[in-house]
Amino acid sequence: MKILVCMKQVPQKDAPLKLNDSGTWIREDVSYEVNEPDAYALEESLRQKEKHGGEVVVITSGPARAQQVLREALAKGADRAIHLEDNAFVGLDAFNTAKVLAAAIKDEKFDLIFTGLQSDDYGYAQTGVILAELLGWPHATIIMQIEKSDGGIKVKRELEAGYFQFVEMPLPAVLTIQSGINKLRYATLIGIKQAKNKPLRKVALAEVQSAMGANLQKIERLYVPQKTKNTQFLEGPAAEVAKKLVEKLRNEARVL
Amino acid sequence: MPNTILVVVEQSEGKLNRVSWETITAGQTLAAETGWPLEVGVLGNNVAGVAGELAAKKVARVCALESPKLEPYTPDAYAAALKQFLATNTPKLVLMPHTYQVRDFVPKLATSMGRTVVSDCIGYKKDGDKLVFTRQMFQGKLVADVSFAGDAPWFVTFQNGAFREDKAEAGASAAPVETIKVEIADGVVRNKPQEIFKEAKQAVDLTQAEIIVSVGRGIKEQKNIEIARQLAEALGGELAASRPICDSGWLPMDRQIGSSGQTVAPQLYLALGISGAIQHIVGMKGARTIVAVNKDSEAPIFEIADYAVVGNLFDIVPPLIEEVKKAKAGG
Repeated sequence: MKILVCMKQVPQKDAPLKLNDSGTWIREDVSYEVNEPDAYALEESLRQKEKHGGEVVVITSGPARAQQVLREALAKGADRAIHLEDNAFVGLDAFNTAKVLAAAIKDEKFDLIFTGLQSDDYGYAQTGVILAELLGWPHATIIMQIEKSDGGIKVKRELEAGYFQFVEMPLPAVLTIQSGINKLRYATLIGIKQAKNKPLRKVALAEVQSAMGANLQKIERLYVPQKTKNTQFLEGPAAEVAKKLVEKLRNEARVL
Repeated sequence: MPNTILVVVEQSEGKLNRVSWETITAGQTLAAETGWPLEVGVLGNNVAGVAGELAAKKVARVCALESPKLEPYTPDAYAAALKQFLATNTPKLVLMPHTYQVRDFVPKLATSMGRTVVSDCIGYKKDGDKLVFTRQMFQGKLVADVSFAGDAPWFVTFQNGAFREDKAEAGASAAPVETIKVEIADGVVRNKPQEIFKEAKQAVDLTQAEIIVSVGRGIKEQKNIEIARQLAEALGGELAASRPICDSGWLPMDRQIGSSGQTVAPQLYLALGISGAIQHIVGMKGARTIVAVNKDSEAPIFEIADYAVVGNLFDIVPPLIEEVKKAKAGG
């Protein structure tokens, strides 16, 4: 199985975020990490390779710092990496991101393409589905299990409220992967060493620019949410806070 | 062509997904503000009953898109059917609830039409003449107002709870229902879905709990869940968790609160070491009283908390258990 995993670098979960001067994006001086669902997508691709043989290729579009995500993926066992490297890739909407990814892989023949189900920064949950449509491939989203089957694959879709559904699909296909599908591995020291010699192809903006169009949507303003709730912050030593809280729950909220 | 708003609802086997009423409220609110007529679309096979339910609301028209190939749901069939419909009926806005099913097909539909989706919105604003849609970013830490730069239709999905189901206005008389037979060619539908099923044997029904103590990643280790369990016991409530805890197998899946788990609205919800990611919040924001304990003062959970403690849950919970026991004992 030849599998492509689309990965994104996002600000760290607990990184304090500051708005830029124009109020249209965050200031870039934060720490970054791999988008968590993408880490699960990578893990799943490695497990599929271990089971069925084949190749795992990882791809990301982003500035130079995003290479870290690819290096970590190679250290975990991916075979090669593709980096669409340019600052311009940061502001692209999902549609254009999918377009440049498709352009970068047009000469490859993948059986499966994985993305995480959504990104922790934008949270649109669209890139994988858009990519499938651009490629003309079937897709399924929020996947918790993948098995080979006679006609292609059989996947387990997660639905709301604890429901699930199995779906049979032909290959090639795009799947968006849900967190918790598996347990993430750590890169071994040997893996980290071997990663240095694995191919990492850089794709310049110029190479894929013709595939891009204007962004069809625009962030007019990014801001700190206005509080609608009247939150009472309880402060002081733990014993005092505990006492205050119980008193409030009893007499004010009347839930005790 | 005059602008219209189309709300596409969700149904399965003749039963309307409740969140659809919220999207109708959204449509009615936008219709009132813009003056654009509101229409409702429903896809499926033999959906006359659902169409009738929808026609009772204050809407200009209900369109039932019918085909045997629309049951069960597949993204190929839904995208094809709607694309056909939208070719001859071009609304300005297409509104849908941000359900797992909508996420599965609406980006495909929009892309096939060269359009875009602004997804998981919590509201909208009129910025002068411009309509902007508000959505959370960075797991709720920041909020963005997003505008459309291209042609209609503009696709928008709304988050669960962004609008109120009970505010969907009834119509003075039944709206006209138009049934449209959709043609979906052989070979269009590539996925073969099987029966939907529930996996976790439901040992506990969290939707019935009046008090819930919920743990997130801040609990750090499985053995620490014990103090949360003791607090739940002292309160006479149930123990629950955010997704990562259940993914790790520290608590069973039927204890999960969030978009993939249970949606609850208890009298009291205590969130211990839960940051407040969107996928979790949608499952509990309806709680009457929310208490949050988290080390991180910037955690989005504090946006919706009634009572907030910025601190170490391992310092707070033990004395809290004692105080609760005292209060319950009549102290």
